[in-house]
Amino acid sequence: MTNAIEAVNVTKVYRKYARKKQFATLKSALLSGSLVTELQPDETFEALRGVSFTVPKGCTYGVIGRNGSGKSTLLKCVAGITRPTTGTVAVDGRISALIELGAGFHPEISGRENVFINGIMLGLSKKEIQKRFDEIVEFAELKDFIDAPVKTYSSGMYMRLGFAVAIHVDPEVLLVDEVLAVGDQGFTVKCLDKFAEFRRRNKTILLVTHSLDLVEKFCDQALWLDKGKTHGEGDPKLVVTAYIVDVEKSEEQLLAKEEAARVAQAQAESTAAATTDEQPHNPVETGEAPTDMFRATEGRWGTREVEITTVTVSAADGTPSHVFHTGDPLTLKIGFRAHQPTRDFVFGVGIFNADGLCCYGTNTNIDELEPDRLSGEGEVRFVVDRLDLVEGTYKFDVAVHKLDGFPYDYHRQLYTIRVKSRQKDVGIYRPPHRWDVTGDVRFRAPGSGFKRGADTETDAGS
Amino acid sequence: MIHNLLALAKYRGLIQTLVVRDLTARYRGSVLGFFWSFFNPLLLMAVYTFVFTVIMPGTHPTDIQPYGLFFFCGILPWTWFSSSLTEASNVLISGGNLIKKVLFPAEVLPIVSVLANLAHFLLGLPILAVLLLYYQRPLDPLELLWFPVIVLVQLLFTTGLALLLAALTVHFRDIKDILSNLLTLWFFSTPIIYSMQMAPETYRQVLNVNPMTHLAISYQEVLFHVGPHGHWKWLLVMGVVSTAVFLAGYFVFDRLRDSFAEEV
Repeated sequence: MTNAIEAVNVTKVYRKYARKKQFATLKSALLSGSLVTELQPDETFEALRGVSFTVPKGCTYGVIGRNGSGKSTLLKCVAGITRPTTGTVAVDGRISALIELGAGFHPEISGRENVFINGIMLGLSKKEIQKRFDEIVEFAELKDFIDAPVKTYSSGMYMRLGFAVAIHVDPEVLLVDEVLAVGDQGFTVKCLDKFAEFRRRNKTILLVTHSLDLVEKFCDQALWLDKGKTHGEGDPKLVVTAYIVDVEKSEEQLLAKEEAARVAQAQAESTAAATTDEQPHNPVETGEAPTDMFRATEGRWGTREVEITTVTVSAADGTPSHVFHTGDPLTLKIGFRAHQPTRDFVFGVGIFNADGLCCYGTNTNIDELEPDRLSGEGEVRFVVDRLDLVEGTYKFDVAVHKLDGFPYDYHRQLYTIRVKSRQKDVGIYRPPHRWDVTGDVRFRAPGSGFKRGADTETDAGS
Repeated sequence: MIHNLLALAKYRGLIQTLVVRDLTARYRGSVLGFFWSFFNPLLLMAVYTFVFTVIMPGTHPTDIQPYGLFFFCGILPWTWFSSSLTEASNVLISGGNLIKKVLFPAEVLPIVSVLANLAHFLLGLPILAVLLLYYQRPLDPLELLWFPVIVLVQLLFTTGLALLLAALTVHFRDIKDILSNLLTLWFFSTPIIYSMQMAPETYRQVLNVNPMTHLAISYQEVLFHVGPHGHWKWLLVMGVVSTAVFLAGYFVFDRLRDSFAEEV
């Protein structure tokens, strides 16, 4: 097997102009006397740093990575649109790049004429387009509109036509940059089918995408780029898993940072409110409780007779964590300090989703724990054995208050977790479940073919 | 560079398609459509003829009468030249999508600008023919053989400048603004609204440096003036100059090619 794409040590350096793009004006270049020195950029940005990879013929190769990791630059280098600063890229066979669909369409002229022009731009001859024209129109689902000027097309129609032309160039090497989001479900499936057909015909596909499912199900090999460097390469399942772990790690860091900032701000606001009343040891109501308790606003209020000093969300092993998977255990640790002993206290917890909808709320009173005595410092733990929430971001309310609801210390939505799930089920709650069938109902084993995978993805949980 | 230059031949079909697209798209939506290619130079001629025969009569000697025809012989190729450069200077920026997102031979774009305007120039020729018939000017068929040569020389010259401007404008956006003023100056430094004989003796040397002077005079000699084409030596010099300009323009374009995708 020979290689369709060989990239050796590809580095791409972009110029960055820290000062106002001064080189853009001839005047400044002339006035400062020297065009040559102006050509030296103040700063450079390395989009790719020594990336090497080979794609064998007939292989479907996925490139993943976060925004700004250099995926698109890599694709452009392979496509030949930009030249790498150092290193070489060799491609064997006709390339078609699905980078921007319908680039070069002229708005004033009809779809029909644009198909011809676009096809010629992409390297087809007039005769070849003639032969494929009906197929292209059929594929784009634009039969009724093909003679209308392209400016009257909706963006979806525009993209579909662009995609249809590009895919019918019949390349040896197809470069795809995140263009599957061009239409309704039906069209996406059609695109995937077309890719599958390419694979069957032993064509090479280089796929840049954020859709990890696609990479896992569809690609033979995967490359993970991080800040312009290869971070992992090989079996798509392994690469994707490593990538997900890494993404969660940085998500965790980000959430922790945001949370710390939010808590500090709420603290500052409520103490600022407290210091206006110059009797520090008297119980004072600090911060304003919102009139509508179900409206989602962040904040902190209460008299602080009992104070919540720390709140930690932690995983099963006790380490503080902000990223959980559906079904993981979770423990919410509430550290408190009672400035004076009390017999009237309730600890409460509420879980809200990103829309501010209360998903669950309970407190020690509802759970029939009679308050007896509270003094000094300590920790109350709210333990969840299974966090059966669907994927999303959730916020916690943590509070300690009197039985009648009068707040000692109320923390409103200051703590955030993100729940992850590989299933794309919808709603809020994901009860542990299964599907039982009787009669002549059969399902294929999961992962037994690309198209099946794409279909089941749209079904409810598996 | 030589390699890329040869590759241009490969893009024949593409260039042809894009020129046709340019021409069809330009007047799409206007009532008169293609007729504007005829009317535009005709209206321009009417304006200048009005100024120089009604408002300022007697400013032109008899050897360039009828003035309208004389002017038309010069303004037609000039419009081709100036519109080509104006369009070409902007064409890489407006076609940025193609350069950034598709593997596309960038030099095709300025060349298409020049050729599309050449097509407009050629569309203006029937009007010229009608005018010649109307004024009953005798045309020497042998002299007319020079006509395609002049067009070819102008094509080389214009394409060279178009490539140069297109490439430089990517880096220096000011060129667009400079160019429009420069073209006005250039227009008046070319014997189009006046004849070479009308220019002061000392100034004639300056005019002779202007390549467009010799093209304009050549057109006038062939189409307007009776008698043999006396300017052919200058035209041949222009042929050499134009080839040099074309190669230089292409050289600069080729050198800057890699920067387009990033700078556009």
